[in-house]
Amino acid sequence: MSAATTSPATAAAGASPRAARLTASLRHGALGKLLVLAVAAAVLVPLVNAKWASGVWPDALTVDLSGPFGDASTWIVDNRDSHWFFVYFLGHLSNGVVISVRAVYLCLLALGWTGVTALVTLVAWRVAGLRIAVTALLSLAVSGVLGMWVPTMQTIALMVVSVLVSIVVGAVLGLAGGLSDRMFRLLRPVLDTMQVLPAFAYLLPFVMVFGIGVPAALLATVIYAAPPMARLTALGLRGADAGVLEAVSSLGATGRQRLLTARLPLARKELLLGVNQTIMMALSMVVIASMIGAAGLGDRVYQALASVDVGSALAASIPIVLLAIVMDRTTAKAGERLGDGQGTGPAWLRGRFVWPAVAVVTALAVLAGRLAGSLIWPSGAVVDIAPPVNHFKEWMVDHLYSGIPVIGGTADWAAGFTSWVLNPLRDGLTALPWWGALLIVAALAWLIGTWRTALTATVALAVIGVLGVWVPSMNTLSQVLSALVVTLVVGIGVGVLAAGSARMEKILRPVLDVCQTMPQFVYLIPVVALFGVGRAPAAAAAVVYALPAVIRITTQGLRQVSPAAMESARSLGATRWQQLRQVQLPLAKPALLLAVNQGVVLVLAVVIIGGLVGGGALGYDVVTGLSKGDLGLGMIAGIAIVCLGLMLDRVTQPTDRRAGKGA
Amino acid sequence: MTRMRKRTTAVGATALTGAVLLALSGCGKADMTKQTSPFAAAAGTKTVTLSTQTWVGAQSNVAVAKYLLEHELGYQVDTVQVDETPAWDALSQGRVDAIMEDWGHPAQEKMYVDEKKTIVDGGDLGVDGHIGWWVPKYWADKHPDVLNWKNLNKYAKQLRTAESGNKGQLMDGSPSYVTNDKALVKNLKLDYEVVFAGSEAAQITQMQQFAKEKKPFLTYWYAPHWLFNQLPLEEVKLPKYTDECAEKGTKDPESIDCAYPTTPLKKFFNADFAKGDSPAAKFLKNFKWSVEDQNYVSELIADKHMSAEDAAASWVKKNRDVWQKWLPKK
Repeated sequence: MSAATTSPATAAAGASPRAARLTASLRHGALGKLLVLAVAAAVLVPLVNAKWASGVWPDALTVDLSGPFGDASTWIVDNRDSHWFFVYFLGHLSNGVVISVRAVYLCLLALGWTGVTALVTLVAWRVAGLRIAVTALLSLAVSGVLGMWVPTMQTIALMVVSVLVSIVVGAVLGLAGGLSDRMFRLLRPVLDTMQVLPAFAYLLPFVMVFGIGVPAALLATVIYAAPPMARLTALGLRGADAGVLEAVSSLGATGRQRLLTARLPLARKELLLGVNQTIMMALSMVVIASMIGAAGLGDRVYQALASVDVGSALAASIPIVLLAIVMDRTTAKAGERLGDGQGTGPAWLRGRFVWPAVAVVTALAVLAGRLAGSLIWPSGAVVDIAPPVNHFKEWMVDHLYSGIPVIGGTADWAAGFTSWVLNPLRDGLTALPWWGALLIVAALAWLIGTWRTALTATVALAVIGVLGVWVPSMNTLSQVLSALVVTLVVGIGVGVLAAGSARMEKILRPVLDVCQTMPQFVYLIPVVALFGVGRAPAAAAAVVYALPAVIRITTQGLRQVSPAAMESARSLGATRWQQLRQVQLPLAKPALLLAVNQGVVLVLAVVIIGGLVGGGALGYDVVTGLSKGDLGLGMIAGIAIVCLGLMLDRVTQPTDRRAGKGA
Repeated sequence: MTRMRKRTTAVGATALTGAVLLALSGCGKADMTKQTSPFAAAAGTKTVTLSTQTWVGAQSNVAVAKYLLEHELGYQVDTVQVDETPAWDALSQGRVDAIMEDWGHPAQEKMYVDEKKTIVDGGDLGVDGHIGWWVPKYWADKHPDVLNWKNLNKYAKQLRTAESGNKGQLMDGSPSYVTNDKALVKNLKLDYEVVFAGSEAAQITQMQQFAKEKKPFLTYWYAPHWLFNQLPLEEVKLPKYTDECAEKGTKDPESIDCAYPTTPLKKFFNADFAKGDSPAAKFLKNFKWSVEDQNYVSELIADKHMSAEDAAASWVKKNRDVWQKWLPKK
């Protein structure tokens, strides 16, 4: 339908400049679409209004799922000790997990702090170079000094197993998706749900089945961390050079040979990127998994928060951040290096006997450690950073909370933001008749996309109504929208600055790294101390979390604008501002759209954390579901969050006509 | 030929993996309740697993129990942090041996203690728990009549925040806590909005922040809690708690219009653990201390930021006569 309305306009404006053509086609197409919607509304709204005249979603159109969810959880509790599925399948799975994690953990303990440090440093040196090896060495030393050696080893043991499982699961799914179009189409919504559904919502079913502890935590981590591997594997396989494949086939290779000798090797960069992303996702689950007893660093963070001790929480978070940075850099570097045929490091690390050499040096280090007497980090070499950090936090709060001349304190900002932005937006969205909301979403999604995207967006919103969580969802939506706007304004602004100055980017990089990998739980207390309890701190937490990705994507997008275009703009005498507005930003549009998309996803990821600082609404429901063991409440709120994400994505991401796109 | 062999290897590998998985977990049935933490100490040592909840009082019980079990009885103690309702589930499955402080979970008690008999009553902790509404002492001193719910509407204006809009703010805490506050506000016709802090950490931070500025506030809170030692609070009197009111409330939670009860906090044990009659089970059954004892340890942990172990050691050193009685007779 959209094709029919847009194409004449496009043809008529064929000769005019690109921008003018675009607006013309938009105006034309938009009018047609709006007209159709207006007619539909004129017919349907009176009907609907006559039947259920109310602002909020009518009860008659809801389905109460708490019954079935309740039955499901009772069934699990009654059958988990006797039903064959638990006894012969899940039970073995659970035991397998415990045995593998224990095996890795015992190995790490046996290597001792000297052995682990030597091994990690050498491996990093070999695959990623001296600089990263030094980073790895320092990181391990820091976690020892912070008194976190044992929890760090527990977390590493968990990470090793969960990353391996995620990679296997992801690769199998990705292989299926890469080889079969139908599987690929089937897989996409599944992977989307796995990533957007808040982990809190599915922690509870895992706890019911496996009980608290490592197996449930590890499997929940896998659900969250496997999708990037699956996506990138499928992407790599599908993107393999057709010419090469044809050549291989013409040589008489069977399907399997072709896969093993051509398609997989050609996709190895994507595969490695998949591994990298999987590691990062798994690490981001460390603290959340500790809420169901996963031990390790996450547990230390969580316990410290219970006694409102930011300093101790930070001490446990720093090793998490460092682990993430080391693993990210190592795997990313290994990916870049793939195919150049040589490792790095000193001569003895490059020859044929690399791995035996690494083994020998590690063994020597283990021996040295044993002779020195301690397998875990010597307790004398531990520094307690909690008191100074807590003092600093107190000082910061004392000086920023209120009473700063002219600009006011953070408490005043929070109150202002709540009264002037969040409240009106929430009240407006709640007061909006439900059919009005559906129409607006349909119109927005259709204007920038196709009727299919409009349909998806509208249905997603309708599902929220059907689930009976319309009001809390509108409340959450108001928080998400305002946090999103702040994130985009600040993020794109900083991104533009960083794209213009290499020094700025360099300074920003470590800050962004920390913001992205620091467990969100750590800024829970500082955020409340600065902004008070309520929706404002929830929005602040979301902005902190989503900002780095938006800044990064914007910077990269602007940087990649073709230098020729910039040069010609300069030579025409355009000012810096004109260059930015008329050349750089329009050309970087795909990157900016991606930034918006990531903003949506990441802001939504913090909705739950918002529930812990007074954000209320859906986030609070999910947390309540977990802590009260109410499967229905948590799952329904979780599904509503997924629907909000889907709706926002369709409303903000222009889609080309899907014809010929395959999926 | 090669293809054939490859396929056999693939099948073989799958079968082997399955066999290994089976062999690893001891063939046949896998009893999920008999599973320990991968980080537990090696076999042969005597271990006990205790559940600790997020609030500090519960951490103090566990810290002292752990200290004594390890130093006096030679056990290795694991602690697992988990919310209350999942903790009951874990207790029934044997993942956790004991919950040291329970604030009353009638539904779970009925299901696990009465019907399934997987959990047994472990006796009183010796501490009474009480939930209520509280205001800071510095404010109550100036306006003593705020301590009766009938006068609360007079003060609603002073308690307004951006979050509560035109009404006064009544701050509630973590979603895992038992609360009737929404019903109470409605049924007592109070001009207040219940604002959920979402977690105890957030709630305490907010209270400390208010106290620093000597601002008035009204909050759902509970005793015993170490925060009372640092930030004195006065309880607001609500309509008297009666059995009829409680009964009405069980039928329809929306109808509650009286105060919260005072409950003796209890311990609960996994049935197998308690039956085993081990020194650990006897010791935990005898464990009974006072509010002052608990607050002493809690304040060291939460306010002085001492590690739970050091705080427990400090209490143990000073109170030999109290804990000597807990040790099982040899």
